[in-house]
Amino acid sequence: MKQDDVFQTIDDVFLENERTDILTAVDDAGDDSSGDASGGARNGGGGDGAPGAGGAGGSNGGTPGDGGSGSPERRSLASRRSTSDTVFRTVAFTAGATTVGIMLAVGLFLSIRAGSALEVAGIGFLFTQEWSPETKQFGIAAVLFGTVTIAVIALIVGFPLALGTALLLSEVVRGRLRSFMVSLVDLMAAVPSIVFGLWGVFFLQENIIPVAEWISRYFAWIPFFAVTGEDGSTLTEASAFTSSAFIAGIVVGLMVVPTQASVMREAFSQAPVGEREGAFALGATRWGMIATVVLPFGRGGIIGGTMLGLGRALGETIAVYMIISPIFVINWEVLKTGTNSVSALIALRYGEASEFGLSALMAAGLVLFLITLVVNFTASSIVARSRSGAESL
Amino acid sequence: MSTTFPTRPDAPEADAHTDFLDAVDFEPPTRIPSPEGVEIGPRRTLRTATLDERFNVVGALAGGLAIATLLFGWIGPLSGIVGWFVVAFLAFVGLYVLLVSLRSDWQEVKDRVATVLMISAGALLFGALVFIVVYTLVRGSEALPFLNFFTQTMELTGPLDPLSSGGILHAIVGTLIQISIALAITVPLGITTAVFLNEIGGRFARFVRTIADAMTALPSIVAGLFVYAAIIQLVTHQRSGFAAAMAITVMMLPIVIRASDVVLRLVPGNLREASYALGTSRWRTVWHVVLPTARSGLVTAVILGTARGIGETSPVLLTSGITAVMNVNPFSGPMISLPLQVFDFVRSPEPNMIARGFGTAAVLILLVLGLFIIARMIGGKGPGQLSDRQRRAAKLDSIRDLQRITMLDDRIARGEYPPRVLPTVQTEAAPSPAAPSAPPTAPPTADPS
Repeated sequence: MKQDDVFQTIDDVFLENERTDILTAVDDAGDDSSGDASGGARNGGGGDGAPGAGGAGGSNGGTPGDGGSGSPERRSLASRRSTSDTVFRTVAFTAGATTVGIMLAVGLFLSIRAGSALEVAGIGFLFTQEWSPETKQFGIAAVLFGTVTIAVIALIVGFPLALGTALLLSEVVRGRLRSFMVSLVDLMAAVPSIVFGLWGVFFLQENIIPVAEWISRYFAWIPFFAVTGEDGSTLTEASAFTSSAFIAGIVVGLMVVPTQASVMREAFSQAPVGEREGAFALGATRWGMIATVVLPFGRGGIIGGTMLGLGRALGETIAVYMIISPIFVINWEVLKTGTNSVSALIALRYGEASEFGLSALMAAGLVLFLITLVVNFTASSIVARSRSGAESL
Repeated sequence: MSTTFPTRPDAPEADAHTDFLDAVDFEPPTRIPSPEGVEIGPRRTLRTATLDERFNVVGALAGGLAIATLLFGWIGPLSGIVGWFVVAFLAFVGLYVLLVSLRSDWQEVKDRVATVLMISAGALLFGALVFIVVYTLVRGSEALPFLNFFTQTMELTGPLDPLSSGGILHAIVGTLIQISIALAITVPLGITTAVFLNEIGGRFARFVRTIADAMTALPSIVAGLFVYAAIIQLVTHQRSGFAAAMAITVMMLPIVIRASDVVLRLVPGNLREASYALGTSRWRTVWHVVLPTARSGLVTAVILGTARGIGETSPVLLTSGITAVMNVNPFSGPMISLPLQVFDFVRSPEPNMIARGFGTAAVLILLVLGLFIIARMIGGKGPGQLSDRQRRAAKLDSIRDLQRITMLDDRIARGEYPPRVLPTVQTEAAPSPAAPSAPPTAPPTADPS
């Protein structure tokens, strides 16, 4: 239906209304039938246009007649739904229900299939480091620890970068450069993770090893940064530093920075202009204004954005899978070769898994899903409850 | 039945009519002070740095680089480009603090250092991200010049064959087929769900929104595992392009719903209310008002979801299977896609295969980049924001509507407009009895602007 038709219909309704006013003035003393007839005529007039308008006209047409018969009756204000509206509501409702159906199917299927493995493993599933479902000895302690390690390193790398970039984009850079850089950040969020993985394996790995060696040499007194062999001796050769949680964490950190930065920038840019100007008027420097107005205002955005990034970092698969060399023991030394993550475990073992092994993998996936779910929901509720508001998310 | 309002036959052009609207108020206009005789000085640029400040930055930078080079070259046992960079940066910040604090108080030092840190964070991030992309493109440029890279498959090519043999046509076709199936499901379902969330609402809609939000947290590998166990193991018993498309759909659907939901929420409420006030039904309001207003945002949402879906590797890894031959049937046999092909290539230790892997990754990046640029061109503006041309058209439309509604033409024809009985007019004009009723001889001359 073209726009012209709508306008024409509206004109029709206006004119018909005028005519009916004249008719009803005459009809008031008369019988009800002519009132109904005029209502019918109006239905005919509006019928070629919007059905809703026609329906509303019909219900109006009946009223003057009721008034004439002298029995004041309370009129229902609910309008009758037109056919197209009913269809529309049904279709939209079906779409919503289908979406929920798909989503619930995923969740339920995972839970049911994971159930058989969880029954066997019990609570020990969370505390066993080994992974051999064939001998019923399996648990996600090691892989979960690796996942969290990588995600924490990613946050340590990513958070300062994201915060600085978000402040830069919202407070320092202006005009065309800003909109260009904002687009660039958004673009970077869409770069496939396999590209980051390639870069991590073929470039970062060899270039970051001297740094890792340096850290382990001077900060070995911090337990995380020591790199020791089986017998407790300190390792220094380069091969002990490859494929570590440190390298995977840096790559994943760069991957999640764009997400974090764009959520933070969104929150910062909503800081009220009046308060900014007030701070400047009181003599604040730009940093003073940021520290007293922008950062407190955007605190929800900072926390929420960081946690959204954390959620992504926990679930990242392919880049981690390409970089790490998988092990199934808890490795506290983040610079040392060997770590693991839940998603890498799934990618590694799904092919050779038996029915029961698959169920164990599902249990691992379910735990990962629950963790990211909690992280994401906490993030969005923090963002929604903060001053910077529910609009941005 | 259509109604046309009578127009005066000798009516001037529509533009001239609109000038009557300005003539409604006959009060003397606001007095604007004359600019004559006021001296205008040269325009001063704001936000500029003094020479002093610039020298602080340059000096600190030079000092930092020098210290790092000294430490690494002669004195310290330090090595490695990254370490040099870190030391240089720390020395730069330290020197900068020193230089600024020579002439400024603590507050200003903090401000300068914070600005420097912000700029460095941004530069580091953009540098790293651009470097990642450029690195891939440069390493991929080894394979890209070969035309056969785009026209052949890997069916007859072994790992040791030169780059002039074999290509990734099968992966390109596979990606296109998989993403098309995923889009065919995601776009109608996602946008209709978003419309449901926004236009119908209610308790169930809130539930749907919560579930969709929850699903954005689903790790992609878990989505792949679900499809692997539910579709491949139970139904089809073989990996196929369709299964991969299903996995991509499960990943993309929450993204599209969420992005469209945000866009639809931004449609101004008064547009909807105006539509309802005209007696329009809900469906027509959605179709004629809400969706057109949000069109560019919706397209952006879909394209960004597509870019994300094309790049997904892990769900495809579990579901599509790896093959070296062309397969155009999504329902039978393995069908590889671009990201998975990259993954498969770089697992080989052969340099040629790695070069092919980077070439494939470069194609993937260019594809995502292209989609992104298209999305920006279409959807750079929020809902309801018009381009200049659209704004002019809308203005003309509303002027025409106003004329139609007030029946200005008729009133002009009858000589009732503009009103002639205002005091200023009376005092200026000679009080002749015929003057009020006399039709205006000509409309006031149109403003040339």
